Amino acid sequence: MADDYTAIHVHKKVQSITFQSFSPKMIKKIAVAKVVTPELYDKEGYPVDGGLMDIRLGVIDPGLNCKTCGSRLKECQGHFGYIELARPVIHINFVAHILAALRTTCRECGRLLLKQAKINKLLEELKQTEKEDGLDAKRAKIKAIITSARNTTSCPHCKTRQQKITLEKPTTFLENEKRVNPIEIRSRLEKIPDEDISLIGLESEFIRPEWMILTVMLIPPVTMRPSITLETGERSEDDLTHKLGDIVRINQRLFENINAGAPEIIVEDLWDLLQYHVTTFFDNAVAQLPPARHRSGQPLKTISERLKSKEGRIRHNLAGKRTNFSSRTVISPDPRIGMNEVGVPKIVAQKITIPETVTKWNMDYIKEFIERGAENYPGSNYIIRPDGKRKRITDETKEQLLEELQPGYVVERHLMDGDVAIFNRQPSLHKMSMMCHRVKVLPGRTFRINPAVCHPYNADFDGDEMNLHVPQTEEARAEAEILMEVQTQIISPRYGLSVIGCIQDAISGNYVLTKFIDLPRKEAAELLYSAGIDDFSKLGTKKILNGREIFSSILPEDLDFEGKAKDGTPVVIKKGKLVEGVIDDNAFGSEKALLFRRIHKKYGKDFTLKLMEQVSLLGIETLLKYGLSSGLSDIDMPKEATEKIEETLTKAKQATEDLIKQFRDGELEILPGRSMEETLELKIMEVLNKARNETGNIAQEYAKVSATTIMARSGARGGPLNMAQMAACVGQQAMRGKRIGKGYKGRTLSCFKEKDLSAEARGFVENSFKKGLTPAEFFFGSITGRDSLMDTALRTPKSGYLYRRLANAMQDLKVEYDGTIRDSAKKVVQFKYGEDGIDVSRSENGTINIKQIIQDVVEG
Amino acid sequence: MKVDPKIINHVLMPKHEKLSDRQKQEILKTYNITEGQLPKIKIKDAGLMGLDVKRGDVIRITRKTRTAGTSYFYRVVTDV
Ligand SMILES: [Mg+2]
Ligand SMILES: [Zn+2]
Ligand SMILES: [Zn+2]
Repeated sequence: MADDYTAIHVHKKVQSITFQSFSPKMIKKIAVAKVVTPELYDKEGYPVDGGLMDIRLGVIDPGLNCKTCGSRLKECQGHFGYIELARPVIHINFVAHILAALRTTCRECGRLLLKQAKINKLLEELKQTEKEDGLDAKRAKIKAIITSARNTTSCPHCKTRQQKITLEKPTTFLENEKRVNPIEIRSRLEKIPDEDISLIGLESEFIRPEWMILTVMLIPPVTMRPSITLETGERSEDDLTHKLGDIVRINQRLFENINAGAPEIIVEDLWDLLQYHVTTFFDNAVAQLPPARHRSGQPLKTISERLKSKEGRIRHNLAGKRTNFSSRTVISPDPRIGMNEVGVPKIVAQKITIPETVTKWNMDYIKEFIERGAENYPGSNYIIRPDGKRKRITDETKEQLLEELQPGYVVERHLMDGDVAIFNRQPSLHKMSMMCHRVKVLPGRTFRINPAVCHPYNADFDGDEMNLHVPQTEEARAEAEILMEVQTQIISPRYGLSVIGCIQDAISGNYVLTKFIDLPRKEAAELLYSAGIDDFSKLGTKKILNGREIFSSILPEDLDFEGKAKDGTPVVIKKGKLVEGVIDDNAFGSEKALLFRRIHKKYGKDFTLKLMEQVSLLGIETLLKYGLSSGLSDIDMPKEATEKIEETLTKAKQATEDLIKQFRDGELEILPGRSMEETLELKIMEVLNKARNETGNIAQEYAKVSATTIMARSGARGGPLNMAQMAACVGQQAMRGKRIGKGYKGRTLSCFKEKDLSAEARGFVENSFKKGLTPAEFFFGSITGRDSLMDTALRTPKSGYLYRRLANAMQDLKVEYDGTIRDSAKKVVQFKYGEDGIDVSRSENGTINIKQIIQDVVEG
Repeated sequence: MKVDPKIINHVLMPKHEKLSDRQKQEILKTYNITEGQLPKIKIKDAGLMGLDVKRGDVIRITRKTRTAGTSYFYRVVTDV
């Protein structure tokens, strides 16, 4: 029913699943062939009858028909075979159960080692527990029964004394240090009555203990272990086939030896070998056994290895599903596309499609897509007939498909501008890690995003990759648009300010514009136009305009705002005019932009998004026209400043020496709770850090206006610390939060004396990056670099797991209509959300600006 | 254990007080909950020192918050 996605016809419903073990009888019943020879193919390369590749077990060659079901390759799912084992062997996965069964039952009569009355009582109790407390409680109870039964020394039923049974791993059972062979074990297990079994956790309906000792073995169908033909024409068999070959071969030899009446030692040896092969067939990673290997030395992948671990059937193939209609590539920035857009490479757009249903109104429009086909953009790749049949559109099929097209058909057309897509970057830690963007098809091979949305994704462009998902139904698209589109995510529910905001050039550009620039009206209009603004009505008629007036022309006319810039100076907007102050990080950056918050509240999400794009472009255009280049001379210091810096550093070094002298003389005043050494270290760190900060302040004070200072002061990039390190003093290097002390015995490098505690010997870098570092200083810098690299590498998985636990613990909590926070059992967790009842996403930085609300109400 | 006045008088310790039966019923009514749906507090909790409480009593905890001034939290006393 291709045209009706909602109709689901339930024919049968799974009510329960039972896992059970095969009995020898069942094995023989489901098997279609008995395997008797280890040979695989005859001289002609045809599968041998009664061999492991017997064609009754299924087909893996194209052209052949299955001898059992008659169907061909891919239609026949394969059929099981079996081998009769010459002597019984133990199934490795049941060893624990066998041991429990042997220990809890009588060696003579096979009864459970508990009194009949107790057995009857326990049977009743178990039923009760399962009904009332569930299976986990039942399992716990069975465990207790097993322990109590195995501690009985003589059988309550026949009074036989019981022997101590131990397991010599992996598969040898010992009774009083004497070996019990599988035949003996099997005959003992056979004697256990059905009722007694259920007390040790087995249900006779599904499993009998003797089935855990194999007398016949099921051979998986060849379709489960297909052979591959190499380029040389040679056949290469699957690991499982190899292992089965071993089993069959040894089994044959064992048969022959027994029939020939060979000495018991030889028979026993072969028996052990058979046990080894059967064990490794099920699990080739048993701790006590050497794994079976290929001739090349690499271990065989047998049943357990196929299922286990991350690459196994369960986690890789069953739980690890992959998505269609998705794409992943490197991201790169494009400030000229919208913030709610994503640039999609053409090659991706031609591969990912959108299903478009044909109606009589869009017939002609859709036909154009088919005509263009898969090669020409925007074309289409597939047609889906109303009966659900998919047809690929090729040059050959095109004509015919165009002919048969009619309402009800679905055409899968290429991705086009304006289509909705969900864009995602891992780790998806908050909802803003997956947002809905509009597609913009672009040349190239990378996804393009507006730099303003880097922050919510925590993306940069040093090689980051992101995923794109294209919703395929109308419902999915509507949901994505309404709930996930970028503009709906501007305000973070975490702190009530924007997570999306201008960065870097956009910030420094507006700073330069509003602080330094005066322009003739004509040039101002030009600048605005290049930023995509074509309404110049607010520019006025003045000949020369300053940057604030130019900036004001993008603000709405009824906007009033009073705030502070990054340096604390006031920023005042009156009636949509920036009358005082500069625009910097504090106005339009992310995470602290109060001006943005205000605009968002007053004019809504779509307007805010548009304004943000305009502000961003205006900043970039300003810099494009007027330039912002940094160089070494940016951080030139006048002589006076250099002298001051030197003086500060000399003083600090002197203070350190004094401290060390006090320490050596034992006169240092010890801080509470610290040892003498710790006190010294703390005090030295304090002195040196203070000195570095002081030099930084000096550098700030004397720095002239330059690209570097503009970037730092506008908040676009870098701060006082970076300025200080470049111009004045790099400062103390630390490892594990302490001054550097490791290296040689009692010293950091061989160029220092032992026990030298001075600043320069313990990682204080007094030079600036501009002046240049001494070799020792450079080395200390590398130590810090490595240390912080290690720190991040070790911390990320830890904090990731911490977050996961937190998120999982809180995922079902919700705000009820009465304002309380409750869990799924309606238990109260908080009486008022966040103790104040404020919806942070509707607040300004977590509070509600009542003054502003009153003012808004009074004024309008 | 003897009452250590220092602990309950510490600045970071929010005020704990026992509610009367009437007050308790009012709380259950306002939030439309049963006793079992209230958050719990162990009878041995340091906050209950010197309060003479028994199992089933409701404790009101008064906290100061940055955004809302004071806020109330209710816990029912349990003995395990
Ligand atoms: Mg990166
Ligand atoms: Zn078949
Ligand atoms: Zn017995």
